[in-house]
Amino acid sequence: MTKGISESHAGGETQRTSIMTTVANLEASQDSYESSDTAAPTERVSDRLPVAERPISLSTRNMSLYYGEFRALKDISVEIPERTVTAIIGASGCGKSTLLRSFNRMNDLIPGVRVEGTMEMSGVPIYDRRVDVTELRRAVGMVFQRPNPLPMSIYENIAYGPRRHGVRNRAELDEIVERCLTQAALWDEVKDKLKQQGNELSGGQQQRLCIARTLAVEPDVILMDEPCSALDPASTLRIEELMQELGHEYTILVVTHNMQQAARVSEMTAFMNMEEDRAGVLVEFGPTTEIFTTPKEKTTEDYITGRFS
Amino acid sequence: MGGYERGNFNSRLILMGHSYARGPSANWEGLHSLTEASFTAPRVSREDLEKRLLSGSRAERGTETAIHLLLLGATVISIATTLGIVFVLVNESFRFFQDVSIIEFLTGTVWTPRFQPSLFGVLPLVAGTVLVATIAILVAAPVGLFTAIFLSEYAPDRFRRIVKPMLEILAGIPTVVYGYFALTFVTPLLQQYIFPDMIIFNALSAGLVMGVMIIPIVSSLTEDAMLAVPRSLREAAYALGATRFEVATRVVTPAALSGIVAAIILGLSRAIGETMLVTIAAGATPRLTIDPRESIQTMTAYIVQVGFGETPQGTTIYYTIFAVALLLFVMTLAMNILGQWVVRRWRQAY
Repeated sequence: MTKGISESHAGGETQRTSIMTTVANLEASQDSYESSDTAAPTERVSDRLPVAERPISLSTRNMSLYYGEFRALKDISVEIPERTVTAIIGASGCGKSTLLRSFNRMNDLIPGVRVEGTMEMSGVPIYDRRVDVTELRRAVGMVFQRPNPLPMSIYENIAYGPRRHGVRNRAELDEIVERCLTQAALWDEVKDKLKQQGNELSGGQQQRLCIARTLAVEPDVILMDEPCSALDPASTLRIEELMQELGHEYTILVVTHNMQQAARVSEMTAFMNMEEDRAGVLVEFGPTTEIFTTPKEKTTEDYITGRFS
Repeated sequence: MGGYERGNFNSRLILMGHSYARGPSANWEGLHSLTEASFTAPRVSREDLEKRLLSGSRAERGTETAIHLLLLGATVISIATTLGIVFVLVNESFRFFQDVSIIEFLTGTVWTPRFQPSLFGVLPLVAGTVLVATIAILVAAPVGLFTAIFLSEYAPDRFRRIVKPMLEILAGIPTVVYGYFALTFVTPLLQQYIFPDMIIFNALSAGLVMGVMIIPIVSSLTEDAMLAVPRSLREAAYALGATRFEVATRVVTPAALSGIVAAIILGLSRAIGETMLVTIAAGATPRLTIDPRESIQTMTAYIVQVGFGETPQGTTIYYTIFAVALLLFVMTLAMNILGQWVVRRWRQAY
């Protein structure tokens, strides 16, 4: 099994962080968030139930996903708690994004995709024949790897979703635009140029615009597919802060290649791996501190300490 | 010459590749032995490098020049032909405008060059052309756009792979076939069910059939423009809960708008220049009208008529065809320039 991984991963990105540095970062980052000006999250932590007691938002049982004949995900069973940032980590090609995109049925757009097993959101089967996919995608928003603002103004980017779902009143739309941009920490930067094209903003601003746009349809869950991989470190930090803050209100599921990022922002971590038949499996799922300090599985430890390369 | 060094270089690459694949520790050892070896002698000697760099083969350079000239020649043929056509048109038209003033030509409403009194007002011909082209584009623009939306956003891949070539076959049917189709099938059909007293040669049936003829041009270019819209934009809209129709109309169509407009303009200039279909089905009666049931004559059909008749060279009538052709050329050129401007002006950055 390890052979398969090392082959597939040769030449891919390598994380050579030692387990000690990661833990040190984890602790340091928690300190730094307390001292930063966005101290609000830390204060609110006490409002929340401990992770283990939070209700389950997304869950899968023995879920497998096929692209035609090829089985891309195998027997995934996971229960993701509400109002929590959960990170999915793992080597390239192990199916992290595929799993993420099956929660809002984005994979439906690819011909030949088939899902077996159960996938539920708060107990409702999301692959049921009767499910209205547009409503599901409204409840489960998504932020993509590359910022992809729609080719329209900043204002219209935010208003697009609410308009699709029947909000026509201008004052109401104005209110939504301001609230979502504020929530996404972008309002102050763009409030004087709402008519400007969304793609004229910087990469980091565009990604925050995409987050604001997602918030505008009032989702319960936000899926993020490597949201910082196209951004510079400063923008990455902004987005990470934002993720933590939003994690108090929304269920956030984030795929990341950056293990420090997973350690910094998430409370729960899922580690995925690719088996010899190239099917993605969930190796281990648990509180982030446990995954990074006392992983139960050898493969998890190998990946986290960078022994895959 | 120089082959030894190159071979050596390649083998080093292979060596590195090998050791790299074996994992970090093996990689390190490989690198170590390599560095040792390369410290003992200069990696590249000056003489060898000079030989390699300065002795480029003459023959190779000669071939390059020949290919360059061949390609340039091919390009020059089309440019030279265009310039030649423009020269002939302008030159012959100049003689026409010695007999008839430009003002009379462009503003006159009666075109009777072959009767007495001879009047050379081109507007009836322009009107005929515009009428047929308008009917054609009213058919081709919506049908072509919907076809393109269906093919790019709705149809499964396999369906598209079958249907698109079939549409392109439609574009390959000779226009004379379309002409007789309009004359012997569409016109009787219209007479039977909609306009019983319509005459046999009319603008309507020519325009409708011409519309069908240019659907493939419009739909094919429109679909190309739509497929060029990045998937990330569609995903953005789908992720916000947009339906397929909303994605097609609110995201893909605006993003592809410049390409769509270009496709329509290209279809329109094709309609303006089309000759055989209108010669056969639209009639030979220059008439300033907007009633599509009437018999009319387009600019192109007039040129055919005079070109095939026994028109003595050097007469005013003979020169009319160059003046009409020049005007036609200016019209299609204007359409193409407009199209290019639209593409630039409306191109949406995504």
